[in-house]
Amino acid sequence: MKTALSVIFFFHFLPLTAQISISGRVTDNKNKALRGVSVALKNTYDGATTDSTGHYSFSTDEKGEQQLEVTISGYYAISQKIVLGDSPVTLNLSMKEQITELKAVVISAGSFEASDKNKGAVLSDIDIVTTPSANGDVTSAFKSLPGTQQVGESEGLFVRGGTATESKIFMDGNLVNNFFFSSTPGMATRGRFNPFLFKGTIFSTGGYSALYGQALSSALILESKDLPEKTEADLGISVVGVGGGIQHLSKDKKSSWGVSVNYTNLWLAFNVIKQKQDFFQVPLAKQADANFRIKTKNGGFIKYYGYISTNKTGFRSPDIDSAILKDAFSINNINTYQNISWKDRIGNGWKINTGISFSTNKDDIVNEIQDADNGKFTGTNPLFNYKNFNLLNKARYAQARVVFEKKLFGLNAIRFGTDYFYSNEKSTYTLYDGTKFTQQVNDHLLAAFAETDIYVTNNLAAKIGSRLEHSTIIDKWNIAPRISLAYKVGANSQASFAYGIFYQNPERKYLPGLAGLDYSRASHYIFQYSKQTKNYTLRTELFYKKYSNLYKTDSSIGGREIAANNNGYGDARGIEFFWRDKKTIKNVDYWLSYSYLNTKRDFLNYPTAIQPSFAATHTAAFVFKRFFLPLKTQFNLSYNFATGRPYYRIAKNASDKYMITDAGKTINYNSMSFSVNWLPNIGKKDARTFAVWVLGVTNVLGQNIIYNYNYSYEGSRKEAVTPPSKRFVFIGCFLSFGMDRTQDAINNNL
Amino acid sequence: MKKLFISAFVLLTAVASFAQSEKFTAAMKKNLAAMDSSFKNPPDILNVANNFERIANAEKNQWLPYYYAAFCQVNYGFMEQDKDKIDGYADKATELIAKADSLSPNNSEISCIKSMIASCHMMVNPMQRWQEYGQESNSNMEAAMQQDATNPRPYFLKGQGLKYTPEQFGGGCKTAKPQLQTALDKYATFKPANDISPNWGKERTESLIKDCK
Repeated sequence: MKTALSVIFFFHFLPLTAQISISGRVTDNKNKALRGVSVALKNTYDGATTDSTGHYSFSTDEKGEQQLEVTISGYYAISQKIVLGDSPVTLNLSMKEQITELKAVVISAGSFEASDKNKGAVLSDIDIVTTPSANGDVTSAFKSLPGTQQVGESEGLFVRGGTATESKIFMDGNLVNNFFFSSTPGMATRGRFNPFLFKGTIFSTGGYSALYGQALSSALILESKDLPEKTEADLGISVVGVGGGIQHLSKDKKSSWGVSVNYTNLWLAFNVIKQKQDFFQVPLAKQADANFRIKTKNGGFIKYYGYISTNKTGFRSPDIDSAILKDAFSINNINTYQNISWKDRIGNGWKINTGISFSTNKDDIVNEIQDADNGKFTGTNPLFNYKNFNLLNKARYAQARVVFEKKLFGLNAIRFGTDYFYSNEKSTYTLYDGTKFTQQVNDHLLAAFAETDIYVTNNLAAKIGSRLEHSTIIDKWNIAPRISLAYKVGANSQASFAYGIFYQNPERKYLPGLAGLDYSRASHYIFQYSKQTKNYTLRTELFYKKYSNLYKTDSSIGGREIAANNNGYGDARGIEFFWRDKKTIKNVDYWLSYSYLNTKRDFLNYPTAIQPSFAATHTAAFVFKRFFLPLKTQFNLSYNFATGRPYYRIAKNASDKYMITDAGKTINYNSMSFSVNWLPNIGKKDARTFAVWVLGVTNVLGQNIIYNYNYSYEGSRKEAVTPPSKRFVFIGCFLSFGMDRTQDAINNNL
Repeated sequence: MKKLFISAFVLLTAVASFAQSEKFTAAMKKNLAAMDSSFKNPPDILNVANNFERIANAEKNQWLPYYYAAFCQVNYGFMEQDKDKIDGYADKATELIAKADSLSPNNSEISCIKSMIASCHMMVNPMQRWQEYGQESNSNMEAAMQQDATNPRPYFLKGQGLKYTPEQFGGGCKTAKPQLQTALDKYATFKPANDISPNWGKERTESLIKDCK
């Protein structure tokens, strides 16, 4: 018994007899002290945390071979074997910094990101809908950023001296054709898609990734939302129409579906706000969409989005070649779009991102010359007769795409894939006398691409890629290398550089062209410096873009302009600034952007290299947002400015050569827009209904806006292209009814 | 002799395991005391968090050290002035509380920490994150109330949250006070399971009520 007890006491007290101390210093690889590092003997309570000088010290009763675990977030953990004998141990350690998204430089030359999650984003999702000049249009918000033109006479983004067709829009990796409602003469149409569909948007003003192609200037990359946060129904009523939808989230929060319908009718708005044109068919649109999203077991997503819409518009405007006659233009459009994508982890660090999309578009355009009583004018003057026509465009598109990605050490990754795009576009042009001209253009565009992200350290990263393309229209291969570098120069600042070659096919309306066409081509060189904190963003970019092989058109064959050769060329250079400040003035968030652009090009029917009519030399935008808490109201103001743009009358001379017979410059563009968002239910945690009231006024001051000039046939008269009305007022109320299932969720978990 | 030997062996192992749990309790108590004083000097909170994490990793089947390690991390997150760093502490707390959760599922105290973590994330940018994290914080608070109706802490957290929410958004003393009073009533009857079980928040509740007078 005595022995047994002594054994117990021996065992019990033995550990207390011989404590030894372990101490040392932990530094980073630049020998700077690391504070807060946990140093622990594995499977024991013993350990310490380093102090501000990087020192640690503790004692232990353990003996023999032990494992010392050294950890701190942001650094690679160290697990070191140590042997504990009788003498104190001194161990100095150096830790290697992890390359993490939080710390690493962001490859950002040429791109602006709108996102709530990603570092380096300059706009948040909500900015897209609260920028008053944007009117809730996805692409318009980007017109308040540097690099874009204030073009209002036609839709699309005109970037750094490029045309709108040089900017392409991608949704979940797939190209979206007919992103905008069909063009109408002299008026910009809106994007078809609801801005709330997207969670992240990257707007590249140049130097974009090898994953995308067929855009000489710019890519707008939209990523659709994952699962909604809760089941929700919404309803919107405004002066332009009504709409509503449901988003349903499954009980296990692994899948969701949604449907929505929209009816737009501008009858009321156009009756109140006088339009320049005489609308015999006010813009009327019916839209329906549906989606489902399924979260896979590996955290990936299967997403489907389908959309169908019909819309029509018809209006009369005075014919420029006559004092009494009118042009009556009308369009009927049916558009469908379907996109299904699958993004997943497939093991071993590999990811797959694949999708297919189909879309169709049908435009039925009728133009008629009418007399003073709006009756069809039938005369013998061919000038007017040719304005009586019917144009029927039918298009079908299909795309399939697969991208594989492998995550390597740290943030390093390789990505490669292939993309196939089919387009079938048929147009039938019917002249006043019933003569029909039908053209059909088919294209099979095949692309393969590879790209790698290389993070040398948290301070230096590169994205190197290349794209290979073959289009049956051109029947040649092209290869387009792309390089981006980013280097961190300070805690919050970085310098970036991007270079790339970009190719594009001729615009559909100039096809079929003459034989022997090649791809048009642009090379981008972009240098960026940016400094960004939570509250401030400063960016400046210097760029040079060189165009070659631009399409020249010819109208001597078949009576219409067709792509004739690749003798066009041009360049664009400039400097841009962006400053956003959320801090200096309390509750105020504002940004300022400025762009200087120097560009000339010779393309289409231009007789020589000139500054194109869609390019202003100086462009600036100011956006101001202030939230008044007591009023639960946000006031937004934006001011857009651009110097006058050149305009030209280009006509054939006696020897059948194009020449400029008249030219000028428009007045400066000034427009101030204002919007108020009132959120009466904000902050009411138990509120089942969330309402947003919106009042928006564009061109509040009623400033005179001239986009361009149209010339009469023989050139003696010119007429300003102006917005359809001085200003537009939007009033709407958007309600969402949260079918809040928090309670169910809790009950199910119990 | 053989009998004696066996009983000695039994006694020995019993004493050893008793010593082990005594060691655990002693270490926990020491660090709980250190935690209380660390709030006066925030950098110390992280040291205490590391201490708890070491105990947790050595014990592996005790939820309390993970719980306290997470509690320290999230509290440090609330005190961090540099908004860029707050998410890091909240993420660390999430990692720790997930381990506590797997050892002790449906635990009201653990739901309280999850609610605090969501509030901590929200603090980085309340305007933008309110919808996502406000909801997450609330649903965890409500879960905590359901999981243990006697636990005063979810009511304290709810009251505290409302106290710091602007009146226009349905916060302020008027809505906070009933919640804080409920918390205080519950504190009066709440008995922690043992002396290392969660038992914090009473003084803070009292001082918040005092502020609202």
